[in-house]
Amino acid sequence: MVKDQEFLETKASYCLSLAKKLGATDSSVIVKNSISETVNFRNKKLDESNRSDDLDLSITTYIGKKKSSISSSNLLNDNLNILIEKCIETTKNTPEDEFNSLPDRDLFAKEVKDLNLYDETHIENNQKIDYLKKLEAAASNDKKIVNTESSFTQNKSNFVLANSEGFCDGYKTSSFTASSVTVAKDEKSMERDYEYSSKCFLKDLDDADELGKLAASQTIRKLSPKKIGSEKIAIIFDKRIAKGVLSTFASAISSSAISRGTSFLKDKVNQKIFSDKINVFDKPDMLKGLGSRNFDSEGVKTDTLRLVDQGILKHYLIDTYNGKKLNLKSNGRCGGTSNLYFENGNISFKDLLNLNSKSLYITETIGHGSNIVTGDYSVGATGFLIENGEFKYPINEITIAGNFKDMFQNITLANDLEFKYATNSPTMLIEGMVVAGK
Amino acid sequence: MSNFFEKSDVSRKEAESIISDTLQKCDDGELYLENSKSESILLDDNKIKNSSYNSDLGFGFRAISDEVVAYSHSNEISKNSLKQSSENLKSTLKSVKGTYNHEIPKSNKKYYDNINPIEQKSLNEKIKILNDVNDYLRSKGDKVKQVTANFLGEQKSVEIIRSGGETLSDVRPLVRFNVSVMVEKDGRKETGVYGVGGRQSYDSYLKDENWKSVCDEALRIASVNLESKPAPAGEMKVVLGPGWPAILIHEAVGHGLEGDFNRKKTSAFHNLMGQKVASEGVTIIDDGTIDNRRGSLTIDDEGTPTEKTVLIENGILKNFMQDRLNARLMKTRSTGSGRRENYRHIVLPRMRNTMMLSGKQTQEEMIKAVDKGIFAVSFGGGQVDITSGKFVFNCTEAYEIVNGKIGSPIKGATLIGDGPSILKEVSMVGNDMMMDPGIGTCGKAGQGVPVGVAQPSILINKMTVGGTKL
Repeated sequence: MVKDQEFLETKASYCLSLAKKLGATDSSVIVKNSISETVNFRNKKLDESNRSDDLDLSITTYIGKKKSSISSSNLLNDNLNILIEKCIETTKNTPEDEFNSLPDRDLFAKEVKDLNLYDETHIENNQKIDYLKKLEAAASNDKKIVNTESSFTQNKSNFVLANSEGFCDGYKTSSFTASSVTVAKDEKSMERDYEYSSKCFLKDLDDADELGKLAASQTIRKLSPKKIGSEKIAIIFDKRIAKGVLSTFASAISSSAISRGTSFLKDKVNQKIFSDKINVFDKPDMLKGLGSRNFDSEGVKTDTLRLVDQGILKHYLIDTYNGKKLNLKSNGRCGGTSNLYFENGNISFKDLLNLNSKSLYITETIGHGSNIVTGDYSVGATGFLIENGEFKYPINEITIAGNFKDMFQNITLANDLEFKYATNSPTMLIEGMVVAGK
Repeated sequence: MSNFFEKSDVSRKEAESIISDTLQKCDDGELYLENSKSESILLDDNKIKNSSYNSDLGFGFRAISDEVVAYSHSNEISKNSLKQSSENLKSTLKSVKGTYNHEIPKSNKKYYDNINPIEQKSLNEKIKILNDVNDYLRSKGDKVKQVTANFLGEQKSVEIIRSGGETLSDVRPLVRFNVSVMVEKDGRKETGVYGVGGRQSYDSYLKDENWKSVCDEALRIASVNLESKPAPAGEMKVVLGPGWPAILIHEAVGHGLEGDFNRKKTSAFHNLMGQKVASEGVTIIDDGTIDNRRGSLTIDDEGTPTEKTVLIENGILKNFMQDRLNARLMKTRSTGSGRRENYRHIVLPRMRNTMMLSGKQTQEEMIKAVDKGIFAVSFGGGQVDITSGKFVFNCTEAYEIVNGKIGSPIKGATLIGDGPSILKEVSMVGNDMMMDPGIGTCGKAGQGVPVGVAQPSILINKMTVGGTKL
């Protein structure tokens, strides 16, 4: 069982009062317990079981405008005494920064809604094994599948965030995650792909059979890929890749990148950065949402933000420190976005494939090719050639490149949004990117 | 050296008996104890943004029977917690039986000193250097718009207790110093990043104002990029500079030669042992025994002394990198490559310092041999798809080559290639092997471990460059 609120609150208030006694003018503390139990299967047999029980505490102390922090997994009071003393010592020796402070008092979250983020259900290892058996049977049905690796994880977490301004709150969350990675082989090639499902509630998890079949079919269709020539071509991003475009957007509008001047979206608020029909939301209070939260990692209340309205950037993601620097109020985004998504477009997936006589459908990218300073983008990619709306053949060993400033202006979205991750996008088409191949 | 049982309600003797009892019917396993202390001091935007300290303590209990691994970890070293973990392992392995392998090689060699780098330099000294870095770079002209510099230091004590009470231990220092600078000219912004580090004191890298050379290099890269033009797109010849560009070796062949992927036959290399996988003259080793290097280890995280493992010799595939589990199942021996990020993670076969050895040619000869291509000097990161063998890495400093001469700098681009065939495309191997500056972290299955790379300049006949200029 994860540690209860009372245990975490006791530890938190111990730290806060000790910090105060030792000279801190302000302090904040997070205590978190997370218990995960995982079972892994490989080729229809048990491969690994893994149980982890992590208890962590981190405290930030302020003396006036000086600040420092420590974290530890050793929560014995003896150890905490030594560490907090060290933290205060370091704080005294760290130069002042005028923007250091706890959030403004009126911004703290006042009510904690039940967002349905915790499922009491406990799934025993033998039940996980039953699920994985079914999954792997479905995944390895086709003889082209030569290796399967599947995994089932139950995670239960609880945390308390407290600070010297009197804020003290926290809540339990749970997640159940199943995944399957399959390898397929033919005379010419060996390919890998995967499928995955993660939910707050066990009963919402995808069916094992479906998940296994999907992993296998997505892998088999990649066999015997070809390399194409270099050209300018319309790119269609599968949903699992399209969400990455949103993640890059989120890093580029984080108040730290903006205040440091290291983002290609600096000074772009109220300007048109996306094509007309694009709307982007960050909605923290979604029931059972994988990114849902009642407050950010500083305790600031989080409201739904319409980040992009008809292509126009409306907000940055603001925390207390960078907000003060930019002369803006925190909008509760310390620690990043919650449930971030593009609103649906108005054409179907099928119509999107038919928009161009020839396009490239990307199912996987590799490499870290997004530069948020310049907006330049260049990654390795795997996918399929689409001609007249039909999947023609698999493609690999190519790169796709462009600049986000142009890419954002050339996005068309399908109407197939689903909430599979914390950050989600419908299938996305971008015109005018360059493919490098042969 | 940490005494893990000093403040615990479980004595060393009691712990040993729980370990032996849990592992008696298993093929392998151990209790891994870890106590790490780490610090991070960051200067950013003209200010000390962050000074933080982390102290982490915990154990990971592992039992292996045949192919099945059971693992349980906790950060509470207590009788109750150990017993709970033991029950958890036993329940996973209840139906399998094995014979414990007590054999573990011994060595007295050490590749770094038992020091705590965090305590060797005071906070004020570190803050002073960071402020000096900021002043120094900002004095280089108005074009410098942003400076970030940081210290990362760590001391990690590990102890491995095997069935029967055999105990192995190691204390590992690790430091890193990084500088990132952003420059702006005519509305265009570019960054340059450079760093140094390894398993020694900060002063081994920074004394005599040596930090200035780190700043100069970061600024040089940023300034070069201000003048860069769009990179070409398509297949062409590529000359790689010595040192850090060896992440090509790490991604293209290193991961594919790790034991687990080959036992599972998911690596593109699994059926190529003894065969020619690279051009003649290409020799690649993975070496954990170089003094004070970031990827070096006295013993790996299973207690096996590390070694210098020849992976590819003169073009022929000779060895995979093995931990104990994969070595046993593949009927070979561990190469001392069993590593984990920390006690929260299971052991996997991993790289240490992966190096391509020098050949005979000069970099000049290589450039001359290229009519149209690129010369890549510095890199960001890389990634590989083990199964298809396709790998990428991102240039952060590169130039076009036209008619045997180095031309304009080009924008950062991703290069993509095919692991099993790329080394056959190496047509010249330079005489200028160099180690990287000590900044690499390798990610696998969600675990990051410090690694090193090295190579001489090399000429690759054909690679796809992911630029925007057709």
